[in-house]
Amino acid sequence: MASRVLMPKGSDTMTEGKVLKWLKNEGEQVANGDPLVEIETDKVDMEVESMASGVLRKVLVQAGETVPVGQMLAVIGKAEEDISSFISSNGGGAAAKPAAAPEKKEAEPKEAPPPQPMARAEATAPGPAPTPPVADRGRILASPLARRIAREAGLDLASIQGSGPNGRIIRRDVESATAAGAPAGAAAPQFAPQGPEFRDEPLSQMRKTIAQRLAQSLGPVPHFYLTIDVDMKKAKELRESANNLKTDLKLTYNDIIVKACAVALTQHPDVNASYTGNAIRYHNRIHLGIAVAIEGGGLITPVVRDCNLKTLQQISSESKDLIARARTRKLKPEEYTGGTFSVSNLGMMGIVEFSAVINPPEGAILAIGSVEEKPVVEGGQITIGYRCRMTLSCDHRVVDGAIGAKFLQTLQQILENPLLMAL
Amino acid sequence: MAVIAFREALNQAMREEMQRDETIFLMGEEVGAYNGAYKVTKGLLDEFGPKRVLDTPITELGFTGLGVGAAMTGLRPIVEMMTFNFSLLALDEIVNSAAKMLYMSGGQLGVPMVVRGPGGAGHQLAATHSQALESWFCHIPGLKVVTPSTPADAKGLLKSSIRDNNTVIFIESEVLYGLKGEVPEGEYTIPLGVAEIKRPGSDVTLVAHAKMVHVALQAAEELEKEGIDAEVVDPRTLRPLDTETILQSIRKTNRAVIVEEGWPFCGIGAQVVDTIQHQAFDYLDAPILRVTGIDVPMPYAKPLEHLHAPDKARVIDAVHRVTYRG
Repeated sequence: MASRVLMPKGSDTMTEGKVLKWLKNEGEQVANGDPLVEIETDKVDMEVESMASGVLRKVLVQAGETVPVGQMLAVIGKAEEDISSFISSNGGGAAAKPAAAPEKKEAEPKEAPPPQPMARAEATAPGPAPTPPVADRGRILASPLARRIAREAGLDLASIQGSGPNGRIIRRDVESATAAGAPAGAAAPQFAPQGPEFRDEPLSQMRKTIAQRLAQSLGPVPHFYLTIDVDMKKAKELRESANNLKTDLKLTYNDIIVKACAVALTQHPDVNASYTGNAIRYHNRIHLGIAVAIEGGGLITPVVRDCNLKTLQQISSESKDLIARARTRKLKPEEYTGGTFSVSNLGMMGIVEFSAVINPPEGAILAIGSVEEKPVVEGGQITIGYRCRMTLSCDHRVVDGAIGAKFLQTLQQILENPLLMAL
Repeated sequence: MAVIAFREALNQAMREEMQRDETIFLMGEEVGAYNGAYKVTKGLLDEFGPKRVLDTPITELGFTGLGVGAAMTGLRPIVEMMTFNFSLLALDEIVNSAAKMLYMSGGQLGVPMVVRGPGGAGHQLAATHSQALESWFCHIPGLKVVTPSTPADAKGLLKSSIRDNNTVIFIESEVLYGLKGEVPEGEYTIPLGVAEIKRPGSDVTLVAHAKMVHVALQAAEELEKEGIDAEVVDPRTLRPLDTETILQSIRKTNRAVIVEEGWPFCGIGAQVVDTIQHQAFDYLDAPILRVTGIDVPMPYAKPLEHLHAPDKARVIDAVHRVTYRG
């Protein structure tokens, strides 16, 4: 039986993709798992692996062409097999169905992870992960109930082994995965925190009204902004002495601020939260997004996971790697999704102060200005200080003014006394 | 509480209602002098006389039409079908007159009539006399359809059906007529459109009506020995259907098997499945399965007749599949 190669959905927002390069030629032998085609999504370039073994019989979409998610790119089959029905039934031309489907998906971002017919897309080898229950066309089979429980527990169905017919994931599979504290998604951190990813707190009537009124007034995500001035003298000293101690370490202000945010978020879980429409979702883990400008235009937010559990050195090296790959569009989808809070830093470009736009569904983002050497008044004396202005943009449906302000106070206290990060 | 047979419960319901309201009258083949083909109308001719208990010729279309006319002009007829297989002859009066009169007269003329009698298979009555036709009537807007499974339900539901201002199709079961059970004496009514949980359980929902309730209960008893706790929901009224009780059960058990005597295609179970998948999709952990009569005319041969009807073993097998056992 021949199988189709479809344009995968590489990210939640992806509606179409471009074929960059075929890595196999028509008539060439292909094995399951072989890199087959390179595609460009709205976020990254990635290699799509073959989900079938056989001969690459027919390439329907040539390099350079852009097609909707779900459209057939090629057919893999036996050398002598008749594949004409495959080609005529799906057609090489624009399929009507996939073109319409993605828009609907965007309108309901709350739906379960899209069970798109897709070739399994991995930028690198997947490692020794358990074989997920994927049927011949790449769809994960799961009962509606299992999907719902997994969604509520923040579990990725791809990481769960199904015990039903044809590997269907059913309730007991999700429940045993939950009990085992299965890591969510492919990008499992080196730490394996236990328990659910988040806790949903149903909206009170007052919360609902606040959300409705503010959204009415300001758009879907009602932003407001809080700015604080932070004395960075001790953070500067920390950075310099750390970099002197370890010459291979190139600690940046950004690394220190990221770590400080993570520590502050552990004390203010109400800022590490999202608005879901009928609940406030308090994330039990702290995944920090770092906004990175892409060369040649564009923006992406790679995520340092479980930031609160990592040392400054780990955060520094991890974010260096992520930022470098982000700039060249080489991130895997799981590396730029799932953040719970973000930072955006324009200090290196001389921007003193700015307001960032929240990356939904996160509840807040911190905009960091430059660390300025300037005259300040301390104890009635004018002296030279190092100051940095930080602006927190808050989703008012989730974070109220006083809550945001308290978070900033804690952040300021940590950055002004960096020892607190080690305590 | 008195223990009486299903047929006596029906008899009691009609007697009490006819005593209460003199606009109620009964007609059908053999309902009077012969006391009913299945003795459901025993003694009613003696008590109420030939003006209120009428033996009709073998003319289903004719006497059902008489019922429609009588109902339009102020009486409350109970029309007995010797079996519901014969109601096919009266379909024009039921579907085109009784069900539509209130609508087509702009609400001026209702048809408060009960058409009752046994449905489903009996004992070797063969293809033309063994049909479970409830889904035919359920299809028609303007009709209510009631299918009792116990003597108490038979009494309570028949009294409510007689008092209802709409045409009610009241389908009994020949093989249940002798079933005995406790039945409250005197005034006892059960509202139409309200299901009953005949057996509470937590692992799987069995939806069954009429005599299939008993098949479901036997299966549940057997399943209990294996540690599967089945809930049996009896809709009692098929139209209007008490969807909320069914949905509540599914939300608890996450799986369902629908059991019915009739054929599978466009059967009652198809409607129940539609309701569940639409309104409880996110609660389902397995596809909903149906256990129905086999999709062929009823054979006359006894062993084949047994194979045709849903039984305990087929229900248990379906439950194993929806619970992913075996």
